[in-house]
Amino acid sequence: MAHDNSGQKSGFAFLLTDTGGKILLGLIAAGVFLVPILNLMVPVDSAFHLPTYLVALFGKYLTYALLALSVDLIWGYCGILSLGHGAFFALGGYGMGMYMMRQIGDRGVYGNAELPDFMVFLNWTELPWYWFGFSNFSFAMFMVVLVPGILAFLFGWLAFRSRVTGVYLSIITQAMTYALMLAFFRNDMGFGGNNGLTDFKDLLGFNLQSQGMRVSLFILSALAVAGGYVICRYIVSSRLGRVLVAIRDSESRTRFLGYRVEYYQLFVFTLSAMLAGVAGALYVPQVGIINPSEFTPANSIELVIWVAIGGRGTLYGAVLGAILVNYAKTYLTSAFPEAWLYALGALFILVTIFLPKGIVGIISAWKVRKIESSPDPEPEAVGGIK
Amino acid sequence: MAATKKIICFAILMLHSITWSATSLASTFEETLPQFATNSSKAKSKAIEALVATGDERTAIILEVFLKGRLYWRKSDKKVVIVRKSGSVYVLTDPLTSKEIGQVKKRIIRKIRVNNRLRKKIRGALGGLTLLSETPDVRSKAADAVFKSRAAASLPLLEKAIARETDHAVKSKMELARAAIQLTTAKSTNDRLAAIKYLSTQATPKMRSLLASTSETSKDEAVKSAAAVALKKIEKSLSFWNGIQNIFQGVSLGSVLLLAAVGLAITFGVMGVINMAHGELVMIGAYTTFVVQEFFRAYFPEALDYSLAVAIPAAFLVAGSFGIAIERGIIRFLYGRPLETLLATWGLSLILQQMVRSIFGPTNRDVSNPAWMSGSIEVTGGLVLTYNRIWIIVFSLLILGLLVLLLKKTAFGLQMRAVTQNRSMASSMGIRTGYVDALTFGLGSGIAGIAGVALSQIDNVSPNLGQNYIIDSFMVVVFGGVGNLWGTLVGAFSLGIANKFMEPFAGAVLAKIFVLIAIILFIQKRPRGLFALKGRAVEN
Repeated sequence: MAHDNSGQKSGFAFLLTDTGGKILLGLIAAGVFLVPILNLMVPVDSAFHLPTYLVALFGKYLTYALLALSVDLIWGYCGILSLGHGAFFALGGYGMGMYMMRQIGDRGVYGNAELPDFMVFLNWTELPWYWFGFSNFSFAMFMVVLVPGILAFLFGWLAFRSRVTGVYLSIITQAMTYALMLAFFRNDMGFGGNNGLTDFKDLLGFNLQSQGMRVSLFILSALAVAGGYVICRYIVSSRLGRVLVAIRDSESRTRFLGYRVEYYQLFVFTLSAMLAGVAGALYVPQVGIINPSEFTPANSIELVIWVAIGGRGTLYGAVLGAILVNYAKTYLTSAFPEAWLYALGALFILVTIFLPKGIVGIISAWKVRKIESSPDPEPEAVGGIK
Repeated sequence: MAATKKIICFAILMLHSITWSATSLASTFEETLPQFATNSSKAKSKAIEALVATGDERTAIILEVFLKGRLYWRKSDKKVVIVRKSGSVYVLTDPLTSKEIGQVKKRIIRKIRVNNRLRKKIRGALGGLTLLSETPDVRSKAADAVFKSRAAASLPLLEKAIARETDHAVKSKMELARAAIQLTTAKSTNDRLAAIKYLSTQATPKMRSLLASTSETSKDEAVKSAAAVALKKIEKSLSFWNGIQNIFQGVSLGSVLLLAAVGLAITFGVMGVINMAHGELVMIGAYTTFVVQEFFRAYFPEALDYSLAVAIPAAFLVAGSFGIAIERGIIRFLYGRPLETLLATWGLSLILQQMVRSIFGPTNRDVSNPAWMSGSIEVTGGLVLTYNRIWIIVFSLLILGLLVLLLKKTAFGLQMRAVTQNRSMASSMGIRTGYVDALTFGLGSGIAGIAGVALSQIDNVSPNLGQNYIIDSFMVVVFGGVGNLWGTLVGAFSLGIANKFMEPFAGAVLAKIFVLIAIILFIQKRPRGLFALKGRAVEN
């Protein structure tokens, strides 16, 4: 990969060598700094005022971007195409949702301080054991990372040890998210069944609907993307990252060289699932609902295309792809609802056939050609935070 | 035909002085009942006829009550009620709902009087009309009704009907009804024991509930214990037939899975192409069936039952051409990049779904079963096999058989196997590999289309049809072992049967989840499936 040139080994060199990443971090810093000013301080009638709905929208895109980062880490650098990352995302979301359900307290429709509304509705008399502790924020956040992590660890441990890779892994990860979807649709599971968890009131005592909360969630998501990027970047430019790329390019050869391939795979797979869980936890308060449809296999496949469009194996490309595709989705589903699936389908086909390296690939090819005349085109900025 | 029928009906009508041929003109039970609120004997007679003509199950109850002189009407609103005298008050029961609707004084209600002529008529009517009907179906239903009501008044007629019954199945039903009546009404213990003995030969849920109630409520100890013994026997036999039924349903589900997966076994198993649009090819086959059916409906309505015969080749050709187009247009560029193939075909599946949604609309389209596929056969009381399920089992095995023949016995099959085993070698032998690729993919897709024809008979034809099967199909192929048609067969049937056996105690959704988890775990144990390919082909 053109961007894997980690020459130095000390300090923050792993960040400085990556132009796209620098731009990404710069944009995030600008967003974190400017959005609160433009939204909260600039008067509403000013042309520079940033409407709150846009803040929430881009906050949501940023959680998708983090999810895409987690997929790029395993797919772009380790060749594991997981079609079940939507499940880890949703599990993280459910963790956050459960915390916020407990926060509702007796303000629900039935006014029951002990039980969430849907449990009262189902005539449950006490809280199931797995809901205990979720009224505690730090416990819930711990679970947001831990539950997807444990699931990914178990799943990966079974799969990678038996050398289930390639399309087989894709198919069984898809089966995993499908099974989880069916399970969460059941009312007996105690996660709200069909309707999922919703009607959230506040987070850590602050009203979810307030402008300040929206901006804070946006900033948190942006920081999470930056943090996720730094972690992923650190991993892929370390020695471990080199082994991952080797596994991606030739798994059996790496194994023959003496590396325990399955441990490397297991490590990134678990880490990636945890990142996806964090993304889900940030997503839920911004959209106000989490339900089993997040587990739909189609969602997990769709997020792979964000990465493919941005450019796999670059990390910042995944962020770019997630934001671009979702912006297009928001626009098209409202402007031409019929056309969205055609457009998405066509994207899948065209990108895989004509743009195997995604948008980042076009840009770098263009850069190579015009290396003398224009040294720094920075076209990545197009998809950044406005 | 119709004229003869009418004449016969008329003759019987004269015989029993009841008009049951008028069923088509009959009004409902609810509409007829108020006609009894009259003093005219003639009108009551008419009302009996009309009531019988409704064919309603409650008719027998009304007639029996009428016979016993317990049918009254309320003076205030002329509502016909069943009355039970309890001390000085009269307890009213609504005949429509069989619920008590209050206690009243005598002056509130008026009795519907019954005379000898009417009694005779009622006795004849009770059970008579349908038990002696011309069509076996009606007689069979009448026997069931008598079984259910167990009205002692029907006994003489039942005997008469049994004596002249020629249809074996109907006769045995009537005998059951007779035994049931004897069980509940016979005076002597011996008669009742004989009835139990006869009833216990028929292991059906109906017998189980009848005997269960007898074993609980009977005051006669001998009858009680005999019923309990018979009940045990029936339960044992029922659970055996239940097992058979589960296997049948499992095989039936398995054959559906097989149909959906066998095309995939070609494209994924033999060619190694992950075609996520496979489900959509199935869906296209189902829509082809719909179009062919509509075409027949418009131009050859008399041959509508045989539209499937045209739909099968049509679906094969349509889905097959889609397949060839997909292979030439997309997959050709992605050989050796399975993950990219997966994504591109997924995108294609979205486009195909949306296309069908734009053309045919998002709602389900109605594809009807032809007459020879509807209905069911009852092997025993506990085991009912529907024809469409049986046909699909036969059909799926037939398709698999043809496919195996094609692969193993024809030149095309040989070329196909050669190309998939060693492309460059096959090419240097003069095989046009591109051509074979396209045709192989077309074959797999065409079979998906045929699967769509079969699925249109048992499932909703909607744009999402394929989505419901794609994950299951992949599971079947992966579980059975890639590149092996027998593996697909065994995989499909074992998944189907496992699913159906878990359903009764786990519920449909949980059973499915368990099966998925089981497969995921199984793949860890045997990453190449049940019947793994050995040798060089493995490491690709």
